[in-house]
Amino acid sequence: MTILAAGVDVGSLTTKAVVVDGAGRKVGWSLVESSPHLAETGREALDAALGMAGATLGELSAIVGTGYGRAVLPFATKQVTEITCHAMGAARIFPGTRLVVDVGGQDSKAIRLGNGGDVLDFAMNDKCAAGTGKFLNAMAATLRTGLDGLGPEGLKSRKQLTMSSTCTVFAESEVISLIAQGESVPDIVHAVHRAMAKRLSGLVRLVGAAEPAVFSGGVALNVDLVRLLEEALEVRFSVPDQPQLVGALGAAVLAMGTK
Amino acid sequence: MSLRDKVRYRMMKDVGLPAAMGIDRLRKARRVRPRDPLFGPPLESSGALKNLMMRHYGLARYAEGAMPVAWVTSGAPVELLRAFGFYTVYPENHGAVCGARRVAPDICAEAEAAGFSQDLCSYARIDIGHALSGKTPVGKLPRPDLLFCTNNICQTILYWFKDLSHMYGIPLIVLDTPFLYGEPAAATMDYVSGQIRDMVTALERITGKPFDEARLAEVLESSRRGSELWGKVLATMRHRPAPMTIFDAFVHLAPVVSLRGLPVCERYYEGLLAELEDRVERNVAAVPGERHRLMWDNIAIWFALKPMSRFFAENGCVGVAGTYTNAWAETAHHLDLKDPWGSMARAYGLIFLNRDLEYRLDLMARIAAEYAADGLVLHSARSCKPYSVGQYDIRRKLSERLGIRTVVIEADMTDFRAYSEEQAKTRLAAFFESLEGGRDGAAAAAGGGGSGA
Repeated sequence: MTILAAGVDVGSLTTKAVVVDGAGRKVGWSLVESSPHLAETGREALDAALGMAGATLGELSAIVGTGYGRAVLPFATKQVTEITCHAMGAARIFPGTRLVVDVGGQDSKAIRLGNGGDVLDFAMNDKCAAGTGKFLNAMAATLRTGLDGLGPEGLKSRKQLTMSSTCTVFAESEVISLIAQGESVPDIVHAVHRAMAKRLSGLVRLVGAAEPAVFSGGVALNVDLVRLLEEALEVRFSVPDQPQLVGALGAAVLAMGTK
Repeated sequence: MSLRDKVRYRMMKDVGLPAAMGIDRLRKARRVRPRDPLFGPPLESSGALKNLMMRHYGLARYAEGAMPVAWVTSGAPVELLRAFGFYTVYPENHGAVCGARRVAPDICAEAEAAGFSQDLCSYARIDIGHALSGKTPVGKLPRPDLLFCTNNICQTILYWFKDLSHMYGIPLIVLDTPFLYGEPAAATMDYVSGQIRDMVTALERITGKPFDEARLAEVLESSRRGSELWGKVLATMRHRPAPMTIFDAFVHLAPVVSLRGLPVCERYYEGLLAELEDRVERNVAAVPGERHRLMWDNIAIWFALKPMSRFFAENGCVGVAGTYTNAWAETAHHLDLKDPWGSMARAYGLIFLNRDLEYRLDLMARIAAEYAADGLVLHSARSCKPYSVGQYDIRRKLSERLGIRTVVIEADMTDFRAYSEEQAKTRLAAFFESLEGGRDGAAAAAGGGGSGA
């Protein structure tokens, strides 16, 4: 029987689970929408990842819970913050990583790493949705692009518009007035992204920009935003194939280490 | 001042309050609280502290009419007022009490409804909200006859006290302490000491009493001794394991803030110091299994003292030092009977909040070294700008200089509407994880081969 361990990342929008083998390779994973029933959703995600790995709960040597719902997972053997897990996951995928930018549903963070995924310093958004996945969700809803559509739309922009606010509520009214002024959706989306990239670059500067850098979290799939952040910081970001899973992967790697 | 009020005050001081507190003590003695296994034995002095502060606020309400009452800022030369026989109330301490009792948003809302911005200092909003509505958890504050403020801690104080002066129609005495870049010029210190000397005339006029130089000397000496004892109390936390935590220190700070210059303050700290020295002698730990020693920057988060203190302890972390608690032990040694005016100017003009960033950095580096702190927690207080601005530079410079880990948590000293417990806990938890250094998984990640994704 191979040794397996798992990480479950209960986020505000999605819940992710990753199962790794003894060498820290990802052998199963899942991503489900979060519900108010965190423990059940966590279990559902874990079962799906185990199913993909062709394994059962009993075969797991340890399970690390992370994300804002980490404290309520009854099956987790240990809880670790998403900061430590994202650092570990990113360093696992891209060894030598020195900077991780993670934009999740309800918070965004910049993490400076030392060797082997060690967290040297980090900064997070304050008590505000500005610069988070929720902010983009609200913008996508107003502009009817769908979350996945934001990146491609933004790339089509030809005209530079200015958004002054990253406050989710104020930005939404700003977007609505830009629509009313007859501005195109791609230009508005691009302006939203630029405002957010500016906000994120401020966060990164708090810990210091560095390379190699990794962008994790679902927002990393937004090509327009990643490009704007790269321009703002003059840093090139590597984006994993499944950036949403970085935290869960880090948790699984930590679980494998704890036995 | 009426004779009736004076008699009533004396009766309450000598008979009424001691009796009420005796009954309260008996009632509480019957209640046995289970000991929190995360902590060492609770400090026995806590009972005396509670009595002392209850007596202070209890007597305050009878002071009105019996003696002149002044509302004073934390960094003002109160010694002068005591020499003139004022009963002093500290709005900042009252604000902290409101914060700890979790009533700040309710009282702040009274000021906000009157047009004061939610971005204004929450101590100021509590004080003004109280003045407008009478709301307070301490029963009743005496109406002031005089307002006495020093702008060494911030400039907000000035406008806040001006508002009070307008609302109550009473005089305001301001001591202006210019912000210091580098070492103070002689002319600056002369300017400060000159103002203090000039206040004597104003106070003689307001109270109708002649200045008593011998009485000022007594008060100055008491103030110096009280602050010195407070410094010694804090210094016990240099011991490993620390006999108390910074969260205890936040609570036991009240007398040196509010009762400085009075014998009760000295007596209280003599008792507390003896208890702590005994703990040091016997190696009694405030947090058994102390692993990390942390320094705290900025005012306490009064409404979250207990949960935060527990969260630190759960992670083997002990707060052992703080810039805030240290402030009342930092400059009082300047107080000197031979040069009352100049020494008060130094004691109050040279405090760290009135000095440049380099001074603050050197001070923090010194404290971190003296207390062997291996991490720094910076509370960015939403409504205390002068203390919070510059913290990101401070953390960067200090971590470069000392190689220590730092974390910033966003909160407010009293207004919990500006606080997200979940976010603060996540930041602290990640910080605690990083303090553990070579965590369980780090070795596995470095050693294991293959790509994860």
